[in-house]
Amino acid sequence: MGSDLVEVSINTIKMLAIFLMMIQAVPMLVWVERRGSAFIQRRFGPNRVGPLGLFQLLADAVKFIFKENFVPKNAVKFLYLAAPVLALIPAALTFTAIPLSTPVEVASFELFGQSWGPYVFQFRGFEMNIGIIYILGVGSLGVYGLLIAGWASGNKYSLLGAIRASAQMISYELALGLSIVGILMIYGTFDLVELIGSQTGHLQFSFSGKEYHVGFLPNWGIFFQPLGALLFLVSAFAESNRLPFDLPEAEAELVAGFHTEYGGFKMLVFFMGEYGHMMVASALFAIFYLGGYHIPFVSVDSVKEFFLSTEMFGTSTLASLMTALVFHLSLLFKVIFLLWVFVWVRWTLPRFKYDRLMSLGWKTMLPWALVNTIVTALFIYYSKVSG
Amino acid sequence: MLDQLVPVMILFVVTVVFAGGLIFLTAIVGQKAKKSEVKLMPYECGLPGQESGSTKIPVKFYLTAISFILFDLEVVFLYPWTLVFAENVQALGGPLLISMGFFMGILIYGLIYEWRVGGLEWD
Repeated sequence: MGSDLVEVSINTIKMLAIFLMMIQAVPMLVWVERRGSAFIQRRFGPNRVGPLGLFQLLADAVKFIFKENFVPKNAVKFLYLAAPVLALIPAALTFTAIPLSTPVEVASFELFGQSWGPYVFQFRGFEMNIGIIYILGVGSLGVYGLLIAGWASGNKYSLLGAIRASAQMISYELALGLSIVGILMIYGTFDLVELIGSQTGHLQFSFSGKEYHVGFLPNWGIFFQPLGALLFLVSAFAESNRLPFDLPEAEAELVAGFHTEYGGFKMLVFFMGEYGHMMVASALFAIFYLGGYHIPFVSVDSVKEFFLSTEMFGTSTLASLMTALVFHLSLLFKVIFLLWVFVWVRWTLPRFKYDRLMSLGWKTMLPWALVNTIVTALFIYYSKVSG
Repeated sequence: MLDQLVPVMILFVVTVVFAGGLIFLTAIVGQKAKKSEVKLMPYECGLPGQESGSTKIPVKFYLTAISFILFDLEVVFLYPWTLVFAENVQALGGPLLISMGFFMGILIYGLIYEWRVGGLEWD
């Protein structure tokens, strides 16, 4: 985490700030979801509290705190109360491992009569050289929160919802895990920063000894792995239990699924976990397939030079900070668009039947993910070896 | 490697304190209403439920979990191979592809077998 006082404290503050960033994005997302659904269905949606109804969720959150915190008779008390926390932990731990922008380089400065050396702060919660494995591993722990919630509630609807949720999540995790094998083969790294770094410039690839350049397209993973991208997106929908895959909480059959017995703030913590998973999935999609925080055809150095030439941000530290912010906005734009896709799909597609859902996962997604892996391996083999 | 996990531990504690603290806060400042027998019953629509929470679970779910473990373990073996393949394909080429092709063959054969015996049918 660092070696001296400044580095350690800034890294800790940064990590907590990124964690809170995820938490505070949830009210915004709920607002987008409710206003977006209203927009699609030609209603108004929440529009009373604050401008455009933006403060609706703040008001809701305050109300949630003052709700009664009660435990049903059949529930296992400790697990019942611990389950929402368990659902939030994987979302928080994975989101902080995602690189959000270019590193900030701080030149050496004087403080308290001591000089503090030059620092490089990564724009992420903590550094991980095996980020992809870590995120996939921790992310799949999310199923425990749901399962424990359903079991500990002591209600058959909760239990059925939880079992459905876990069966669905583990089935689609196979397709999710296999769909990114192709992109890992192409870039050959588990480090998210390296993965983003190899998606700069315009589209270029070599095939059987010849170099091909496509000037008008950015060098994004989606052009190498269109099938993989589609499989990843569909699995991400199923992993975060969103419509059209929200069978765990099919309200016509299971009341509300695993959180039937939950109310008040416990419910809100589940929400944070679910939206956190959505954010992680969108950010991962942006990183794997849409070039991460890079802006197409704009290099990091050119942005930094631009800021160095301005008067306000003329020092190297400030220029580096502003560059990081610009590229962070680029990632945010992509993530927000993907999150909007989540909302959009929710109000466009109807829910699957459960047997169709399982057969889609096992009989369609999994074989196509295998095909994608094999075809990618053969392509790489022919382009590198016979060339 | 281990010092990379220190921030993870810190964040783990922070998350537990944050979410647990908020839930604890609602227990303190939240409404204190009278608890009645009916209120504490498990949620049910209409008549009181006959089944308890620990109801029977269709055996299909266990089967799904078992096949998941099998296939997921095989997928996990693919990850280290991707790195090795990407780095050494030019030097080693064929053998690298064939050895993994053999492994993938077993994986695909397992899937086909399970499909044919009806392990993937729901109902």
